[in-house]
Amino acid sequence: MTTTTTSPVLTATGVTMRFGGLTAVRSVNLEVHPGEIVGLIGPNGAGKTTFFNCLTGLYVPTEGSVAYRGTVLPPKPHLVTQAGIARTFQNIRLFANMTVLENVLVGRHTRTKEGLWSALLRGPGFKRAEAASKTRAMELLEFIGLADKADHLSRNLPYGEQRKLEIARALASDPGLLLLDEPTAGMNPQETRATEELVFAIRDLGTAVLVIEHDMRFIFNLCDRVAVLVQGEKLIEGTSDVVQSDERVVAAYLGTPFEGAPGAEEAAEVEAAEAGATTGATPDEAQRGTTARTEDGQ
Amino acid sequence: MTTDKTQPTAVSEAQGGATAPRTTLLRVLTAAGGAAAVASTFLAWTWTAEFPGDLTVYGYPGGLQLLTLVLGIATGVFALAALDLKGLRWLTPSGSTQALRMLALGTFAVTWFTVISIAVDLDGLVNLEPGGWIAAVVTAVPVATTFLLPDDSRQLRRPKELPSWAEILIIAAVFALGLYVVNYGIQTDADHPEPFIGYLIAVGFAAVALVKAGLVSRISELTSAYRSTTLVAALITAIVFPFFQDKSSFTELGVNIAIFATVALGLNIVVGLAGLLDLGYVAFLGVGAYTAALVSGSTASTLDVRFPFWAAVITGGVVSLIFGVVIGAPTLRLRGDYLAIVTLGFGEIFRLAMLNLDGTSGPSVTNGPDGIPNIPPLEIFGFNFNDDHSFAGLSLDSNGNYYLLMLLVTILVVLIFSRAGNSRIGRAWVAIREDETAATAMGINGFRVKLIAFALGATLAGVAGAVWAHFQSTVVPEQYVFAGPVPPNSTFLVAAVILGGMGTIGGPLLGATLLYLIPKKLEFLQDYQLLAFGIALILLMRFRPEGIVPNRRQQLEYHETGQLDVPGATGLKDGAVGVTKAEA
Repeated sequence: MTTTTTSPVLTATGVTMRFGGLTAVRSVNLEVHPGEIVGLIGPNGAGKTTFFNCLTGLYVPTEGSVAYRGTVLPPKPHLVTQAGIARTFQNIRLFANMTVLENVLVGRHTRTKEGLWSALLRGPGFKRAEAASKTRAMELLEFIGLADKADHLSRNLPYGEQRKLEIARALASDPGLLLLDEPTAGMNPQETRATEELVFAIRDLGTAVLVIEHDMRFIFNLCDRVAVLVQGEKLIEGTSDVVQSDERVVAAYLGTPFEGAPGAEEAAEVEAAEAGATTGATPDEAQRGTTARTEDGQ
Repeated sequence: MTTDKTQPTAVSEAQGGATAPRTTLLRVLTAAGGAAAVASTFLAWTWTAEFPGDLTVYGYPGGLQLLTLVLGIATGVFALAALDLKGLRWLTPSGSTQALRMLALGTFAVTWFTVISIAVDLDGLVNLEPGGWIAAVVTAVPVATTFLLPDDSRQLRRPKELPSWAEILIIAAVFALGLYVVNYGIQTDADHPEPFIGYLIAVGFAAVALVKAGLVSRISELTSAYRSTTLVAALITAIVFPFFQDKSSFTELGVNIAIFATVALGLNIVVGLAGLLDLGYVAFLGVGAYTAALVSGSTASTLDVRFPFWAAVITGGVVSLIFGVVIGAPTLRLRGDYLAIVTLGFGEIFRLAMLNLDGTSGPSVTNGPDGIPNIPPLEIFGFNFNDDHSFAGLSLDSNGNYYLLMLLVTILVVLIFSRAGNSRIGRAWVAIREDETAATAMGINGFRVKLIAFALGATLAGVAGAVWAHFQSTVVPEQYVFAGPVPPNSTFLVAAVILGGMGTIGGPLLGATLLYLIPKKLEFLQDYQLLAFGIALILLMRFRPEGIVPNRRQQLEYHETGQLDVPGATGLKDGAVGVTKAEA
């Protein structure tokens, strides 16, 4: 919220993605500034991951453009990564049968140049570059706390560590912007808090972060700004407080109350039912139980 | 209930070392059975020398009896090791019973195979001498006793510290033994299949026994500790091979094995590392061979040029490279099975094109089905490859010359494979194979990297093809088919890679050796060769999908043992939990 007026790391302008007749993302604009953590939330199917795929070149947006530090990116995943945007995936996509260290080394791909010839001839330059890559990869593993498992196959890591490793692999390309797609999905509260710390640490290293997440506490603790995507359109963008108090957001997640059915009446009904349940629960429930059973029998 | 009782005893034995008297008795009986099997080989098993190998002599084992002899000795020695005899404990680092079972079964199988083939070949059991009956009975004893023994499989026992010269000597001995075993197989009588089948049975059981006993893992620990020594030993073994052959047909076998192993290793870059299924790889071999033949100065060649050998090889490689890029560039942009289909088509198109470029159906380039014969013999620095040469009293015939030349190419390909595989580009290949979407998201240009793998594979095949053309001194289109009983064909090459083990160096070399040698020795199967080949592949895929020489990664992929991949790592439980969690 208190970003300086430096040029944004990421500028998405009017990004639209259509699959045939279905418009998954409709002219979304989004900016991420250096040193910012921006959250992207929305109900399932709102188009968050599709938007991510448009940003990283996995999809070619039907309309609109994506620019990194002012340069428009070609819609090719490897060129986007080369430019400085790295990502993780919603469902973990590690190279399962490579070791932890090798996974991170693959992440270094864009920042090293050694081709086939230098690999075959093994000159001093090759050895130096390989050693430098290894050092950097080990640093990253140290950073996320997996250095002692460098030689394990990544498929043998526990779930939480696989998530971490995916982040380390993305960081290996020295990105200016890191896109995290549901980094805490399936994590327990402790792991979620650890991930939170990790994201802050990444921000402190100077990498802007754009994160999709369903865990609202995580998002509102973490993000400087939050954008809400509903049915492919950006509903609102602002600080945690603004977004949290916006009733359209609440409506998008929980649905709107019925027309002409004021909340007070319903609340009273619920209260009455609860009171009834606590006092005369036994006969009531027993009866309901038998009817259910007979119904089953029939 | 009984199983409940025996199980704890087995465990406590393995831990405490105190052995139940019954187990000791069974082991003694096994040892005795092995000794009896050995003794039986000194008797005559049949009365006539009509059966291949001389099994008629008292006091001297011969032919297939030798296999029973060796396996019988091994059974006895391993049984003594199981009895904890001092000085033999190193034989069974990871338990003796399973190894003993395999050895006993091997002895039994070889002996019974011999006895039954005597009866079948010579029409009737009457052809068996008492020695044969005795052998058949006594080899059954260890089988019975070993299957009554409790299983004592255990974690690999830490080996005793040995001085490094001793460990190097062990490596040398292993390679010498390996050379002897391979030599024995190659030199079996080609006119009679029995000795070779017996050899296959014996080697198969013995190999499994060595794995079960833990000796193989012990040796692979040694070889990875002394990498350069191992490489030198392997090199020396390969170089001395032709000097041990007394028939030129054996050396010819060696050359062909070297060529096909090299081509399979080249294909392993494409299939094993980059995960691109190439079903027309043999066409690249053909492109190299035809190119080299055309520029070799052969009288039948339509080009009136004569390149020196090195230039012909480079031309073969370059033309193959161009074909690789032309085929790969449009198809490698696609994912999945398209490449397999296109390469399959290319393989057939190549063969048909070579058949038709004969001057009548098309331009006159290849002489059609006649091919290009009379490729002049190689001569490098005045060293004529078709003459016999002798160095320091050892003589080398024409095939031997080509063998050594081919060995050079093999070494080159091994070097390229290991260096490229263990580098930035090699990691990119494996990443693409594992998950192409994630790999491109990591900044890997999938198309470019795949094209490099494909073109590199094509080039290596082209180089091997150029050498092969000179060795054969003729090229014809019918050598380059998709599937057929005679190597090389694309199925053969893919099978060699998969059989041996994808992504490894040793795998395709071993796979190609087996796939070439076995059909060559079992020519009596004739039309059933392809059937046998298919059945063998199905069985292999069922029981060992990762190939004979497994890649560490694939071993873990196919056999989820819950074991960590890092030897000596603590926290085995952690890892096991991690696996189940990750899979959930």
